[in-house]
Amino acid sequence: MKLWYFIMKRLFLMVIVLFGILVLVFFIAKIIPADPVGALLGGNAPPELVDELKHKLGLDKPLIIQFIDYIKGALRGDFGISLKTNRPVIEDIKEYFPATMELAIFAIIIAVGIGIPLGIFSAVKRNSFVDHFSRIFSILGVSMPVFWTGLLLLLLFYYKLGLLPGSGRLELFIIPPEPKTGLIILDALLEGNWEAFWDGLKHIILPAFVLGYASSASIARMTRASVLDVLRQDFIRTAKAKGLPKRLVIYKHALKNALIPVVTLIGLRFGSLLEGAVLTETIFGWPGLGRYIVNALLVLDYPAIMGGTVFIALIYSLANLVVDITYAVLDPRMRI
Amino acid sequence: MKGDLLTVKNLRVIFHTYRGIIKALNGVNIWINKRERLGLVGETGCGKSVTSLSIMRLIEEPGEIVDGEIIFDGRDLLKLPESEMMKIRGKEISMIFQEPISALNPVFKVGYQIAEAIAHAENVSMKDAYGKVKDALEMVGLDWKRTMNLYPHELSGGMAQRVMIAMALVTKPKLLIADEPTSALDVTIQAQILKLLDELIKEMGSAVMMITHDMGVAAEFCDKIAVMYAGNVVEYAKTEEIFENPLHPYTRGLLKAVPRIGRSEELEGVPGVVPDLVDPPPGCRFHPRCGDRLDVCSSKKPELVEVEEGHFVACHLFHGGVRT
Amino acid sequence: MEYQESERISRWRPLIEDLKHTMYLWRKNKLAMIGTVIILGFIIVAIFAPVLAPYDPYQQNLHNRLAPPSREHLLGTDQFGRDVLSRIIWGTRIELKIIFLVTVISTAIGTIIGLISGYFGGAVDEILMRITDMFLAFPSLVLAMAFAAALGPSLTNAIIAISVITWTVYARLVRAETMKIKSTLYIEAIRALGAGTFRILFLHILPMTISPILVQMTLRMGTIILTAAGLGFLGLGAQPPTPEWGAMVSDGRLYMMNAWWISTFSGLAIALVVLGFNLLGDGIRDILDPRLRR
Repeated sequence: MKLWYFIMKRLFLMVIVLFGILVLVFFIAKIIPADPVGALLGGNAPPELVDELKHKLGLDKPLIIQFIDYIKGALRGDFGISLKTNRPVIEDIKEYFPATMELAIFAIIIAVGIGIPLGIFSAVKRNSFVDHFSRIFSILGVSMPVFWTGLLLLLLFYYKLGLLPGSGRLELFIIPPEPKTGLIILDALLEGNWEAFWDGLKHIILPAFVLGYASSASIARMTRASVLDVLRQDFIRTAKAKGLPKRLVIYKHALKNALIPVVTLIGLRFGSLLEGAVLTETIFGWPGLGRYIVNALLVLDYPAIMGGTVFIALIYSLANLVVDITYAVLDPRMRI
Repeated sequence: MKGDLLTVKNLRVIFHTYRGIIKALNGVNIWINKRERLGLVGETGCGKSVTSLSIMRLIEEPGEIVDGEIIFDGRDLLKLPESEMMKIRGKEISMIFQEPISALNPVFKVGYQIAEAIAHAENVSMKDAYGKVKDALEMVGLDWKRTMNLYPHELSGGMAQRVMIAMALVTKPKLLIADEPTSALDVTIQAQILKLLDELIKEMGSAVMMITHDMGVAAEFCDKIAVMYAGNVVEYAKTEEIFENPLHPYTRGLLKAVPRIGRSEELEGVPGVVPDLVDPPPGCRFHPRCGDRLDVCSSKKPELVEVEEGHFVACHLFHGGVRT
Repeated sequence: MEYQESERISRWRPLIEDLKHTMYLWRKNKLAMIGTVIILGFIIVAIFAPVLAPYDPYQQNLHNRLAPPSREHLLGTDQFGRDVLSRIIWGTRIELKIIFLVTVISTAIGTIIGLISGYFGGAVDEILMRITDMFLAFPSLVLAMAFAAALGPSLTNAIIAISVITWTVYARLVRAETMKIKSTLYIEAIRALGAGTFRILFLHILPMTISPILVQMTLRMGTIILTAAGLGFLGLGAQPPTPEWGAMVSDGRLYMMNAWWISTFSGLAIALVVLGFNLLGDGIRDILDPRLRR
C-alpha cells in the first residue's frame, strides 16, 4: 500500500520533469542564437528560398505559437519531419532505437556480470591478488575514454587480428530475422535463425564490451565499497552472535543490504550508457539512436535533434524511475 | 578465581592500527558462576566490550586474541574449531547489544530474524521455527501478530530491545551477555527492560554478564561487580561490598562521581584522562591518575588477588593480600 | 609582550598540526601520491609547453605525413605532417583551460543556486530543485552535445556546454550542506545579532561548505575532461587545427590501419590525465573519510 503511493508520487514528479525537459529542449533549439535556416541553405541563399523554408519549418510564426505547436506535437509523438531523411522523426526513432536498446542491454549484462562478482570477491578477500587486479581494472575503466577504448579494441580485434567485424549489426549477406522485438539477436533466437544469431553476437560483442567496461568498473568499485560498508554494520555482528555460519551471513544478510546502492548505480549507469552509446555507436558504425543524434547535430537537423533528445531524456527518466522503485522495493526504509 | 560456568584467565587482546598496536586487554581475569549476575563496569574504552566479544570469539581483524584461556562449561573456547564455536553462539551463550534497532537487519522482517535464530540454534527448519516465534514475542510482552511483520526501523527502541531479548533468550542460553542494553533507551523504558530481563533470567536460570557504565544499573541488577580500567579488571566483589567498601582507588573515584540519595557531598571526577593504549603507562595503568600511588606502581603490574573474602583487588596498596 | 607571543603561536598550532597530519596521510596513500605526481606533471607540461615541445604544433610538413614514431618524431606525425608529441604537449594547455573555466563557472553557478535554495527553502527551493532535475534528466553528454551544437561548435561553446551540465552537482551539494548548517546554533546566534542575509550566506555559511566543494571539484575534473574529449571527438568542441586531444583521436580514426599512433597517443594522454585526477580524488576521499572515524 505504501509502495503504490510512492510509485504514484514518483510518476507524477516524472511528468512534471518531462514537461520541463520539453521546455528545455525547445529553449536550446530556438532561443539560443543560431540560424537553422542559414545553416541549412548556406549564407548566400536567395531570400525567397529562405522565406519558403522558414514557412515550411514554421519558423515564421510567433515564438509562443511555435512552443504550443511543439508541445501539442510532442504529446502526440510528432516531432516533425527530419530535414535529412525526410521522414517523420518518430519513424526514424522507431527504426534506430531498438539497436541502441540491444547494445545497452548487452552492455549492462556484461557490466553486471563482471562488476558484481569482482566487487564481492574484492570485498571479501581484501588485499588479495584479485582485489588488487580489480581495483586497477576499475580505476582504468573509469579513466579511459570510451571512444579510445573502442578504437584500440577495433585496432586489435579487427585491423590486426581480423577476428571480429568492424561495423554494423550483421554482415550484408546474412538474412536478418523477422523484426519482432527489433533486437536482432533475440529475434534470431526466437526464429531459430542460427546464422543471424551467431553473426549478430559477433557484431555486438565488441561495442557491448566497450560500452560496458566503464560501467563494470564503476559497478565493481561500488559493490566492493558497499559490501565492505555493510560488513561493518551492527546487524552483521548480531548475525554472527546468533551463531550463523559466515557464508550465510555474507550471502544473505550482507548482500541483500549491500546490493541496494549497487542496483541504484546500475540504473544510473544505464543512463550513462546512453551517452556512451553515442560515442560507441559512432566508432562501430552501429545504426542506433546515438549515431542518429550525432548526425542530426552535425547537420543541424532541428526536428531530429529535438525529437531524439527528448526521447533519450524520456528513456533516461524512465530508467531513473525504475531505479527509484526498485530501491523502494528492496529497502523497506525508503518507502516514504 | 574460578567460576563454575565461565572462567577467563589472563586474556590479552591487541588491535593493529596505523598508529601502532593497541594493547586493549592486558591480562583480564573474570569469572561467573551458574545463575549468577555479574556487572562489568568501567569507562568507555576500558575493554568491557572487547572482553565480551572475546568470549564470543567475535574479535576480528585488526583485532587479535593473543593469549589467555576462556573456559566455558569445561571447554576452552579459544581452542575450539570455528564450527563448534558456531554451535555455542546464539544457543549456549547469547548476546544483546546497545543500539537494538541497528543491531537488526533492516531488510528482513522481525519474525524472520527471530525464526532464523531459533532454526539455527535448535536445528529445525524455518517453518517449524516460525511456529515458536509467537511464544518468543509473547515472552517479552509484544503483540506477536503485529510485531512479526514489522521491519526494524518501524520499531521503537524499547520494542527493538525486547525483540533482541526474545531472540537471545528463546534458546535458553546458559549465559547471556548484555552489552549496555539500556544505555540507548529512555529512562522509563530502561526500567521496563531491566525488569523484563530480571523476570526472564530468573525463569530461564541463565547467568548474566551485564556490561554498563551506569553504576545505578549495576547496583540494581547485579549480584557481583567487576570494575575494569584500561584493559584490566581492577576490582571484583559482591555488589554491596563494592558500594560500601570500595578498595581500589579507581573504584573509589568512580563512586565519588556518582550522585546518591542521602549523600550531600560534592561530586568529584577522577583527575586525568584515560591512557593511550598504544603506549600505556608501565606497571599499573592507573598509576598516573592515582592519588595514593607508590613507587612500585610505576614499574610492576599489580595482580588481581583476594584481599578479603570474595573481594578481589589489583593494587599494590594491598600487597600480598594484606592492606598496607 | 610575552603573553601575547605565546597566544599567537598557540592559535596557529592546531591548524599546523592538522595540516601536518593531512600531509602525512597524503604521503602514505600511494595512489593519491601517484595521482598528485601525474597532475603536477600535467600542469608543469602545460606551463612549459613552449619549451618542452620539440616542434610547432601547427606546422605542417606534407612531405612527412603519417610517419611512424622515430627519433625525430617520438610519437610520429599526423596526416598533415605535424608532430604528434608537440600537439599533445600543447594540448595540455587547452585541457587545463577547459578544466579551469568549467570548474570556475559551474562552481559559481552551482554554489549560488545551492546557497539560495538551501537557505530560503520553500517555494524557491522547490522551483530551483525542479530546474536542477530538468538538467539532470538528460544523460550529460547528450545535453552538452545539444548545447554545443546549438551554440555552434567551438572551444568556448564547449566550455559553456560542459559548465551547463556540471553545475547541478555543486548545487545539490551546497544545498544539502546549507540546509545542515543553517539550523545550527551558530547561525542562529549570528542572526540574532542582526546580520543581514547576504552577510550570513557569504561570510558564514559559504566558508563552511568549501571543504566538500573542494572534494567534489577534484572528483569532477576527470569527468570534465572526458566530456570535453567526447565533444572534441564528435567535432563539437575545439575546431581544427587546435590540438585538442579528443579531436586528435577523431582525426586519427581514419588512419587507424596504417597510422595508429595518432589516435592511440592522444587517447593515452586523455586516459593518463583522467587517471591522475581519479586517483587524486579517490585519495582525497580516503584521507578525509576515515580520519573522521576513530
